[in-house]
Formats: sequence, structure tokens, C-alpha cells
Amino acid sequence: MTWYAFYGALEQGFVYGLLVLGVYLTFRVLDFPDLTVDGSLPLGAAVSSVAITAGVNPFVSLLMAMGAGFLAGMVTGILNTKFRILHLLASILTMIALYSINIRIMGKPNLTLLGADTVLDSVAGFGLPPHMSAPLLFACFCAVAVALLVWFLHTELGLTLLATGDNAQMITAQGVNTHSVIIFGVGLSNALAALSGALVAQNQGAADVNMGVGTIVAGLASVIVGETLFGCRTVARAMIAAILGSVAYRLAIALALGLKLGSFSFTPSDLNLITAILVIAALVSPQLKSRFRK
Amino acid sequence: MKRIILSLVVTMLCLVPAMASAAGKVVSVSQFVEHPALDAVLKGAQDYFKDNNLDVTFNVHNAQANMATTVQIAAQIQGEQPDLVIAIATPSAQACAQKIQGTPILATAVTDHVGAGLVKSLEHPGGNVSGTSDMLPVARQLDLIREFHPELKSLGVIYNSGEANSVTLVKMLKAACDAAGIKLEEATVLNSAGIYQAAKSLVGRTEAVYLPTDNTVISALESVVKVCRQNKLPLYAADNDSVERGTIAALAFDYYKLGYQTGAMAKRILFDGADVSAMPVESLQELSLHVNMKAAEAMGVTVPESVLSRAEKVIK
Repeated sequence: MTWYAFYGALEQGFVYGLLVLGVYLTFRVLDFPDLTVDGSLPLGAAVSSVAITAGVNPFVSLLMAMGAGFLAGMVTGILNTKFRILHLLASILTMIALYSINIRIMGKPNLTLLGADTVLDSVAGFGLPPHMSAPLLFACFCAVAVALLVWFLHTELGLTLLATGDNAQMITAQGVNTHSVIIFGVGLSNALAALSGALVAQNQGAADVNMGVGTIVAGLASVIVGETLFGCRTVARAMIAAILGSVAYRLAIALALGLKLGSFSFTPSDLNLITAILVIAALVSPQLKSRFRK
Repeated sequence: MKRIILSLVVTMLCLVPAMASAAGKVVSVSQFVEHPALDAVLKGAQDYFKDNNLDVTFNVHNAQANMATTVQIAAQIQGEQPDLVIAIATPSAQACAQKIQGTPILATAVTDHVGAGLVKSLEHPGGNVSGTSDMLPVARQLDLIREFHPELKSLGVIYNSGEANSVTLVKMLKAACDAAGIKLEEATVLNSAGIYQAAKSLVGRTEAVYLPTDNTVISALESVVKVCRQNKLPLYAADNDSVERGTIAALAFDYYKLGYQTGAMAKRILFDGADVSAMPVESLQELSLHVNMKAAEAMGVTVPESVLSRAEKVIK
């Protein structure tokens, strides 16, 4: 792996790290498997790209993307709580609806940002080459997001959110309305996914309606790899682990892309298989290690 | 925990050593997905160098249709420090154009270079990106269908509204149909599972069906062929491979030749010192006509003598 590929993996790890934080919120904290992210990630990209093309400041476009993502998450939450649709199905319904909505927002399936002003231009002035400044910028976004989330989860609302995932019955007995907590939590998660999508689009030069395909897979893999490699004893640690898990997942892909082993050569089509094997290795190795110790 | 982090750091350091430098020129390829047409483009480009005995090493990467991976491949290619980049299909081309400065990039199998933001104009690209376009001669293809059906009043088209290239092509087809006084009925699909139903929805509404080079639809072409055979609905394609698979006829170009032409452009940059920013985006003018007699019979169409005499290949 070259330095470029290494920084490229860091960059992808951090930019999708925001999404992984969202997945962590729903999947681990709320115990709500949410597939909306496959639609809310491109939603964020679409909103941000349309805003930037219309002349909006790239940073302001991020806020607009988050707002749109929050609304999308709320729809899933409302379908689940108020209309009693199974969480998995509710999120799939929102996801497929977003496909059409995203094409509506962009007016076409692919909207280019090549040559437009993006948030990456704000760090271009520090003298670092682009392949180094992009991962740094996205790492800062992740650090701020983790700090805000840790603070939030220690507020009263945050603690209710944690408790709702742990034991919804107990929290209902305390006289708290779990419905609004779930709607808010899923909204927050998708706001993060949309923020991630907006940054991804600005980073890769285009928003594309198909860019969300497989997002949930990458998100879940990152959360679980992070937990396995870096532990999850406290909320703060679990969130940092989730972001590091995202980086580890992208490093696995970078490794798979550059892999050449002597006479046996992998073909480019083996990429998915190699990535899966590397992730499985990361998941299994701690168990094997503890077994060897015994 | 400390041990895990330490071992991770050590592994990363082991992975870091730079690439060995190769003799001759290095071309890195970023291909979006494995697909007969895109694979043919790559083969064509590689064969151009082989046929001309030029010393070129290819580093080929494939994103397996994942957009996140296209960006990582761009980083991978930066590290390989190639003399030239060939990007195959729009998403890969956009990721390379965004991430790779200073190295010439040839974007191929892209329909609309300007719309994708890759070049400022087709004649004067202006940056480090040029390439070859697979823009279909939609109007000429419509003329071919009208040769089969001089009285054509309605035409159906099936495509994935999420594919940027298809949307561009259908927009052009719509304009061509409007000019000819033909009503265009659109059936859109989200994935290959919806194609059978989309094809059925056109039965009774249109006199013929046309398929653009849509990745989703062409990958499940057989289900459209089945519906059209059952309902005697004539089916035309935009690529010759589909004629083999059961459509009546196509006036199309060869993706292999598109790749070969891209190879020729690459040679001019690598060995003749041409400047990519001044190289216009090229497209193939040479088209070949393929006809499938069995399909025509099954769909109740007689092939006009004028078409048959021009056909480069007739499948009996």
C-alpha cells in the first residue's frame, strides 16, 4: 500500500465515520435496525449538491443536508411508532421512497460538483497537499460529532435515549413517551448519514442516486469491526471505536485493492471477496486469541 | 488492547513501502464494474498497445459498482504514479477527475462528458481530462426502426431512471420522436427484477420497443425478449450483443473499437507528447448493422430488403 492509498483509506474511513456514528446510534443505542441510511446518504448528497450548484455556501449546504436527513429519519420513526410498521420494513419504505425523491431533488440521477466550491477548498490554504488535508478535515468533523454526541447522551434527553434502547418498558413506566424519543433518535442518526453523504459528494466530485447502495452493510461492518478491535465499554469509547472501525474497514479495502501475492494473482473482480475475508479475520481474531490463552 | 493497537500500527508500517518502478510507461485503469461492454473497452485499449508493440504496463482496478471504492481506487492510482489514467464509466471518471491532478486522464464509456462535469467542452477539454464518448446515434437508430415500420406512431422505451447515461439518451430519443411525430412511451425500472413487468406494461400501448444501452435493462434482456415474443411486439436494441440475444436489429458501435480508439489517444499522449487539454473528446462514427431473422419472425416482422442488404451480420 502506498502513502496515497493509506491517506485515501483514512479519508474514506473518516468521511463515512459520520455515517457509522449514525448507524451506531440506531443499531446499538436504540436497538433499531435502520435501512433508511441507504437513502438518506444520497439524500444528503443531493441536497448539498443542489444547494452548492445554486450558489449556497458549502458549509451551509451541510446544515441543509442534515435537516433533510433528519426529516427522512423522522418519517421512518413515525411509520414505526405511530403506524406500528415493523422497524425494518418502515426503514425500507422510506429508503425506496427516497430513491425517487433524490432524483426529483437533483432533476437527474447524477449531479456533478467538479469545479464547484466545496468545504475542501477551506483547508486548501494551509499548505497541505489535498490527499492529506481531506482526511484531516474529515477527522475534525468526526471529532466534533463525537464530542457533541457524548455531551448530548449525558443530557436528560440523551439518557432517555440510552434507556429507551436498553429497556423501553421501564422508560414507559417512568412516564416518558418512547415514541418521540425513537423518532428523534432515528432522525438524528439519519442527519449524520446525510451529513456524511454531503461530504462524500463534495469529496468525490458528484452526487449520484446510486451512491447509497450497500451503505448499511459498510456501516454495520464498521460498527462491529470497531467494537471487536477497540472495545465498547463506555459510550464515548464505543463511538471512537465505531469511527476507527470505519477506518479499519476502508484500510481492508485499500489492502485488497493493492494485493498481489507471488504467482497467484487476484483479479480485480475478487475485491469484494477479499474485503469480506479481511473483515471476517478482524472479527474472528480476538476470539481465537482468547481461546489460545486458555 | 495496547497489543492490538501496536500490532495494527506495525501491520500498517509494513504495508507502506512504495511501488517498484516499472520500465516503459505505466497506465492505471479505474473501471466501475465488470460488464461485457466495459470489459471490451479495456480489452480494446490494451490490445492497441499490444498490436503496436509499445511497452506499457497496465494496473487495473475495478470498483465492483461501489462509489466509495471509486474514490479509494483514485487514491490507489495516485500512489502508483502512472503516466496516464484510463477511467471507464461515469462514476469512476468523476472520482478520478476530482482526485487526480497533473496526470492525463482519458474517460471512456461515458455518454455525456460535459454533463458529467469532466470537460468544459467536447472540442476544448481545457483540463487534464479528455476521452471517448459512447453517445449513441439515437436519431439514426430511430431511422432504422422506421425503416421496419414506416407507419410507426408509438414507440416504447425501457430504462433505469437512476442511470445518468440512459436519462441523457432517452431525452435525445424523445426529441427525435417528437420531430418525427412519434409518441414515446417510457417504462422505467429500479432494478433488474422490475423489467418483466415494465415490458408487459408496454404491451398494447406501443407498436415497437427500443432499448438503450442501459446496464440494468440489458443485464436482464431475456425477460423483455420473452414478453415481446409472446405478444408479437417488435424489439430493437442499441447494441449488437443484444441482437445475438434476441432483439430484431441494432445499428450500433463496438465497445472494443471504442477502447481501441482510446488506446490510440493514450499513445498520442504517452509517446507523441500530445497535450490532453487540447485533445477533443472523440466518438465512434463507424456503425455496424446486425439483424436477427429468427427474432424478427418470432415478433411478426418482415425484414426490409434495404436493411438486409446493408447488414454486416445476419443471424439466421
